[in-house]
This record gives sequence, C-alpha cells and structure tokens, in this order.
Amino acid sequence: MKCSASVGQGETEAATSEQPQSTCGVRLRWRRETCGPEHGVPAGRYFQCGTKHPGEFLMKKGYFGDFGGQFVPELLMPPLRELEAAMATIMSSPSFQEELDDLLRNFAGRETPLTFCPALSHELGFNLWLKREDLLHTGAHKINNTLGQALLARRMGKRSLVAETGAGQHGVATAAAAARLGMGCVIYMGAEDVERQAPNVRRMKLLGAEVRPVESGSRTLKDAINEALRYWISAQEDTHYCFGTAAGPHPFPTLVRDFQSVIGRETRARMLELTGRLPDMVVAAVGGGSNAIGMFYPFLNDGSVRITGVEAAGTGEPGCCNSAPLNLGSPGVLHGQHTMLLQTEDGQIQPSHSVSAGLDYPGVGPEHAWLQATGRAFYGLATDAEALRAFAALCRSEGILPALESSHALAWVLEHAEKLRAELPGESNVVVNLSGRGDKDLDIVEKHLPL
Amino acid sequence: MHILEQKIRNARAGGRTALIPFITAGFPSPERFRGAVEELDAHGADIIEIGIPFSDPVADGPVVEEASRRALASGVTLRGILKDLRTFPRLQAGLVLMGYMNPILQYGPDSFARDAADAGVAGCIIPDVPLEESGELRAMLGARGIALIPLVGQNTAEERMREYAAVSEGFVYVVSVMGTTGVRDGLPPQMLDTLRRARDAFSLPLALGFGLNRPEQLDAVPAGLQPDAAVFGSALLRHIDAGRPAGEFLDAWR
Repeated sequence: MKCSASVGQGETEAATSEQPQSTCGVRLRWRRETCGPEHGVPAGRYFQCGTKHPGEFLMKKGYFGDFGGQFVPELLMPPLRELEAAMATIMSSPSFQEELDDLLRNFAGRETPLTFCPALSHELGFNLWLKREDLLHTGAHKINNTLGQALLARRMGKRSLVAETGAGQHGVATAAAAARLGMGCVIYMGAEDVERQAPNVRRMKLLGAEVRPVESGSRTLKDAINEALRYWISAQEDTHYCFGTAAGPHPFPTLVRDFQSVIGRETRARMLELTGRLPDMVVAAVGGGSNAIGMFYPFLNDGSVRITGVEAAGTGEPGCCNSAPLNLGSPGVLHGQHTMLLQTEDGQIQPSHSVSAGLDYPGVGPEHAWLQATGRAFYGLATDAEALRAFAALCRSEGILPALESSHALAWVLEHAEKLRAELPGESNVVVNLSGRGDKDLDIVEKHLPL
Repeated sequence: MHILEQKIRNARAGGRTALIPFITAGFPSPERFRGAVEELDAHGADIIEIGIPFSDPVADGPVVEEASRRALASGVTLRGILKDLRTFPRLQAGLVLMGYMNPILQYGPDSFARDAADAGVAGCIIPDVPLEESGELRAMLGARGIALIPLVGQNTAEERMREYAAVSEGFVYVVSVMGTTGVRDGLPPQMLDTLRRARDAFSLPLALGFGLNRPEQLDAVPAGLQPDAAVFGSALLRHIDAGRPAGEFLDAWR
C-alpha cells in the first residue's frame, strides 16, 4: 500500500481532522454504526491506510468508501496479508521498479503510443486520441499487471502462478509472464469459454500453462474465479494468485491498479508533451475495470479532466442480460469484495452477458463503485450493436482493429458525439483507452458484420 | 454458557464426540429435507448444520456446490428456509445455519438475525466473513443469542486464534485440510498442530470438519487432542443422495 507516502502534508492534516466524520463515511450500506475507537475497535487497525483522492478522508483499510473489503475464507487471510506486506516492502524497492521497467519496455513493448485519429476527429468535431495498449505483447493491457505480479511473486519466493481467465487474454498474459520468469502456471477457465476461445487456449498451452476447464456453475469467468480461489487455498505456500482485474479481496484492487496505472501516467505525460495541456476527457471500457482504473487513477486529482467508464449493456433491451452492474446492479458481496453486482433480490449472482467476452463479469472493481458513488467518474453504457459499429468505424477510418472491449469505450464517444461537442470546449482532446487488439474477436465480429 | 457449547459439553460428559451433520436446505428435495433433518435429530445429532444455498460457494467442494445448485434450481431461498424452520417440530439438536454473506446482506443482517432467532437458530457459520469483516454482524447476531462460529485452520497462527477467542462463543470450527469441503481418505498430519494451537488459544469446544467420513479417521489423533465434535457434510450428502436413510450415517459414529 502506498498510504501516507502519497498524501501531501496539508491533506494529511485535513484527513486527521475529518476522521470522526470518516468513520461514518466508510460503512457498508447496512451498517448503522461503524468501526472506530468509540466502538471498541482499535483505531490503528482500521485507519492505517488512506487511498488518497481529492477531498477524501482516510478510509477503512482495504475499502474505497463503502466498497472493497476482504470477504474471504479465513484460510485465505494469511496469503492476502503476506501479499500486502510484500507490496509494502518489495514494490517500493528501486531494484523491483528497475526490473519491472525493463520488462515493460523490452519484453512488453512500453511505452505505447498516443495515437491521434484524424478522420474520426474531423467527423466528431473534437480531437480523438487512442492510448495504444493493443500494441503490447500478447495484445492487451493485461501484460502490465501480470509482469508486475509475477515479478512480485517471484521475489516473495513463490514458484508458480494461478489465474482465472474469461476470454483468455489474462490467461495468455499470465502464461507469458510465467514463462518469461521461469514460473509454473495453472489457468482456470470456464468450460464454455474454453470452447468459445479455443485460439487463446492453444496460446496458453504453448506458453507452458496448464489450462483447467471449470465445469461448475455457469461455466464462465465467475466460476473460474471461484475455482482459482479454491485452488489457491490449497496451493498458497508456493503459489501466487495472479488476479486479472482490479477487483477481488483487498489488496488485489490496489495491486492491479498500481500496475495498470502506467497507462494513465504515460497518457498524461504524453498529452502534456504534445498539446501542452491535460486531456478534457478520458474514456475506458469497464468489465472488472483494470484498464479503466489504470487510465483513470493518475487523473483523479486533475479536476478539469472528465472521467468516463463504459459498461457493456448487452443487447440493450430492457431486462436483457448485460454486464453493467454499476448502471443496472446493486451492492453486494462476491469474490471477496463488497461492490456493485448483478444479482437477484435473494442475493444469488446472475449470469452476465456481453458480445465482448472480456467485459462479461457480473461484478466490478470496488474503486469504480466508489468513484461512481462520489461522482468523480461517470459510467455510461454501450450496447453490443453500438460496440460492433464502433469496431467497424475504427477499422475503416483509422486502420486499427480494436478489441470488442475497447470498442465499447469508443462506441460511447461516437454515440454521444453531439452532446460532447456541446459540452466540451473547442479544440478539446478526448482519449479513449484502446485496451486491446481485435484479432481475437474476428469469429464473433464475422457473425455480425458483413465481410 | 452458550447453548451450542452446552450441547457439545453434554456429549463429551457422556464420553462421546459430539456429532454435527451438515445438510443443504432443500436437499435431497424440498419435500424430503424435513424428514432428513428429523431423522438426523432422532439419531443423535447434537447440532445440525443447515446450508443456505449460494450461487458461488467458494469454500465448498463439488458435492456441497452441487447440492447448493440443485437447491437453488428447486427454488430454495433464505426467506423460505427461515419460514420452514419455524414450522419444524422442536429438535433436540442445536441448529446452526451455514451460508455466504451475500444472501444475508440482501436479506438485511438485522432482519436475518431476528428471523433466524425466531426460527430457533443458535449459531451461524459464514465462511466468507473473516474476523476483519465480522464485527457488526457478530454484534447483531449476538444480540439475538446467535453465535457466529469462527473457522480456523492449518495456517491460522495462535495469535490470530486468540483474537477470535476474544470475541467468539458457541464452538470453534477447526478446518482439517488446506482446501474446500469434501471427503478425503486421510487427514494431514499438520492437523494435530492445528488442534494443539486451537486447544491453547480457545476455551471453547473444538469441532473438526472438512474431509470427515468415517470415525476411524480420528483414531490417529492422540487422546489429549481429540476434537470435541465432528462435522460431516459431503459424505452425508452423498449417503442421502444414494437413497439411504440419513440416520444410518450417524449410527456409525455413535
């Protein structure tokens, strides 16, 4: 955790003076009273950390406002604490950062370009830029996180990685990182996804991973996470769980965000270099939310930058299956976190749907739930059809084949062009995070678009 | 002394290991569930643990997950379970609910505590609520006389156990294996160390669970470390699912 280190002096004082108020601000929805010295809970335990955002107080450890936490079996608490300790000691060391920077630069292909889109900008009436995470090794932003976690795990003395994967992008990125760093790799993947995403299964196997199909539950990503968590209980001694998105139990949302924040940091610096000012808006697709939080986080303190996440609305018909818990869900607990979920009123998790497999998750990272609750970020919707239209537009106008995930982010901008033109100042700059490339989606796209 | 602790102490006073069968609500079918519970009660269960089905039971192995899935498919809900339990005849055994946090959260933890107490529930096992997340839920349940049962295992340090000991009542659930629920042939040797640490840290009775099937599995445990109670779930569910009487399974343990 990068707690006090990232909090400026003035803000620390403000936080301290606000602390009594903060104890009311950090409770779960149903909590009438919350933790704190006045309730007989040792203060140091619950207020040692503050993830800093503008105007915010110190928060309960592992929480973003009401969201986050560690809802896991007791047997997983020791490895989570071990990971938290390793983040504090190992990740802050210069030699770790040097080794990670080297891998990101020379293995993964950072820094990625910030590409101006002349044709679409002309059409839209404002400047559209793409952060090109699609150009990274293995084809998506996932490698930023897996290299970081693999390196951390190796320095913790772990010999193997276990991970879940939905579409297979995180599985491939984990397998690549494991191979590069000489570690074992087990990937859990829903049996249905194994069938739908056969090319990625082959890639993982070629990279030396053992792919285990998950037959339980809905046989998709959420069940793969359950199975990976179960496996981790038994294998924790020599295995690190390389979680794929900025979700799950603390400290994963923070860990993954820290590794993905390179996206926003580069975007911010490059935009300043090219235009002399900050972008007016950054946009990213949100499934679990790792590419989005990676783009958003470095801009949270820049009040002039509008932040927009885009969820997958599925077919968009009322009551249809979707992957939009922030817009269409309610708060609940799944996979170790209190967050926004697609669920029944009895608290059973509902299956999600999106044409984009990478957004197909019934939950969302807790920091997004909190950014939505505080109003710092806005979360919109894009349907399957809108994403496919945006996919085609980018191919033809700019010569880039985007992943269907990223197509949702672009779709929201294209669909709201008129409104954005009216709201944004002239010559404004909008950055869409192009989190991955679309080659993996051609089978799906072919079913919907005439080729 | 909490009623659940009393139940286990009574069995120990009679020279027995207390028996805690687990059965998923609505298993093997909503119609036959009540009969199975009554039979377990009649055959000497000291505490009966009833599973609240959840779509994503991360601490459970395949047998309990499948039972959960079937129960959900047949329309079992937490609300329905609590309503049903109120119509049950008075049981000799203490009643414990085992379930995950989200269904309880959606029910409303305070309403849940009230309705569970009305239904005769004396304890809850919520495997995805560790100490850090348990404070207010424990208080809400405690106010209704319901014990939140702690789970500890091989990787739970004694100091951590003492933190649980300071806030817990009823009994302690000692998880025998580093894994999920489900039958194992052998139990790991580290289990003895876990029992030893738990004995030192807790004054509450210890219930051993995960992987238990036959009484002989406990033969290798030295007398001083014998658990006060044994929990069995997956093996019992399989037994019942094979069409055999629930009580028969308990008879082997008496």
